[in-house]
Amino acid sequence: METIVEVNGLERTFGQNRAVDGMTFHVKQGEVFGLLGPNGAGKTTTVRLLNGILPPSGGTARVFGLDPATDGQHVRQQTGVLTESPALYERLSARENLEFFGTLAGIPENTLGQRVLDILKFFGLQERVDDKVETYSKGMKQRLALARALVHEPPLLFLDEPTSGLDPEAAQQVNELIAGLGQRNGQTIILATHNLLDAQRLCDRVAILNKGRILAMGSLTELARKLWPVTWVDITFWAAPSESAVGAVKAQRGVMQVTGQDEAWQVQVESEEVIPQIVQTLAGQGASILKVNPRDYTLEDIYFALQAGEK
Amino acid sequence: MNWRSVWAIAKKDLKEVRQNKAAWGPGIAVPLIFAILMPLLFIILPQVIPVEDVERELGDIDVMLRSMPPAMQALFEGRSLEQMFVLYMAGFTLAPLFLIMPLMFSTVIGSDSFVGERERKTMEALLYAPTSDIELFLGKVLAAVIPAIGLSWLTYMMYIIVVNVASYPLFGEIWFPLPTWYPLMLWVTPALAVLGISATVLISSRVRTFMEAYQMSASLVILVLGLVIGQVTGVLFLGIGTAMAIGTVIWLVDIALIYVSVKNFKRSALVAKL
Repeated sequence: METIVEVNGLERTFGQNRAVDGMTFHVKQGEVFGLLGPNGAGKTTTVRLLNGILPPSGGTARVFGLDPATDGQHVRQQTGVLTESPALYERLSARENLEFFGTLAGIPENTLGQRVLDILKFFGLQERVDDKVETYSKGMKQRLALARALVHEPPLLFLDEPTSGLDPEAAQQVNELIAGLGQRNGQTIILATHNLLDAQRLCDRVAILNKGRILAMGSLTELARKLWPVTWVDITFWAAPSESAVGAVKAQRGVMQVTGQDEAWQVQVESEEVIPQIVQTLAGQGASILKVNPRDYTLEDIYFALQAGEK
Repeated sequence: MNWRSVWAIAKKDLKEVRQNKAAWGPGIAVPLIFAILMPLLFIILPQVIPVEDVERELGDIDVMLRSMPPAMQALFEGRSLEQMFVLYMAGFTLAPLFLIMPLMFSTVIGSDSFVGERERKTMEALLYAPTSDIELFLGKVLAAVIPAIGLSWLTYMMYIIVVNVASYPLFGEIWFPLPTWYPLMLWVTPALAVLGISATVLISSRVRTFMEAYQMSASLVILVLGLVIGQVTGVLFLGIGTAMAIGTVIWLVDIALIYVSVKNFKRSALVAKL
């Protein structure tokens, strides 16, 4: 896969504040890449730097091989941005909003009208195309803002807090639409969010940020492995296994410790590959296994472990 | 330069302004007052009030007529008292007052366009659009200048019609506009429209709300009021030469202000104020 975003040692300062402090990351075509961090972590500033609406104080960025600081207009022709607030013209209709941004993006006059209707239909807004945006619900506005970011079919999409301020139902709708985008169009998405669940659900890889720096980067599994090289397995029995079974498991290669008692054990292993062997050993000892559950780390576990490490 | 983008921005801004009552309210009220109410008042008044009152009023005017340039004095020669009153009031006194319009229209629309966009939190999405800074700037300037000039000219046309129709029984001829009005309409009016928007662009970077920007820019009207006072007191008559000179000075100021505005109108500066 082609790398379309390359960021090396990127910096942006505002006075004494280092909003972006030496970030380095690459994003490949078709990836959903998350910039995850609390408010003030530098997510929005990074989006602005990558779109050339803010020049960097140091480091380099390339988007589609172009430098956004000097070639921002050409970069923006290939990107769509969903801003944190919908930033829609509330006194205009949905159609007028999209036709305006479609014109700025260079969609030919003869196809613009149909393109706008198609995308409004895709986002379920076809019944309200000529209503003023100020009459829309928050969820509808967010869908319209997403439609605006996509109207010119950009190959790279930036989503800045896409579910911020939405009720759970509207947030789910927006998330489903975002999940569908990558699958449907093969678009590359950079998702800036502080919402851990959104990031876990949508992102292939995430960069966890704090105070403008990347604390860790990778897929959920990679990040979990980096933080917790060993893993735990929870085993539940129908009836407490014999003492010999406990001994056999403890003696097994790759098993680091066994805790718990009676019907519920927690076994620490070097890697998940050991788990099938444990099951075999227990079965050989006549243990009645009810459930074997390798412990999964959520992005939340990873995020808070990293942020705690920072403090 | 992508002119399609420039016009799209201008058209969008105008659509938005149309929805802002604080912006278009004066755009309707002022032309009606200037082009219809005031001329009717000055034309009908001498025809309904006693002749002695007109004479008393003209006694003051006579002093001013004597201080006028000879070419302008010639316009009054051979006129009746009532005709002189109407000629003086509708043809001279109101002239500089009309110059308020291009300034007012361009500052109102400009404030809504530049500061209103930030106030309504729509600026950020616009900054992410694939336009250059200069296209964005031009689109917004045109959105203010074109309607400001257009509305001013429309008001002049209404005024010309009202003055000629209402005073026809008195004059028996189409006598307006006087030659002195042409430089005001065609040279000074566009210059003031550009002055209004260029001042608004500079002011917009220092204020937070549409109203603040509008009020600050509108203080330029004091300049025009100076001309009104000058004309009424006889200190400065807006003859053809004077109007051309004033227009030229304003255009030179416009060029300087636009140059500074373009230099300062940068995405990076705008995004820092969001």
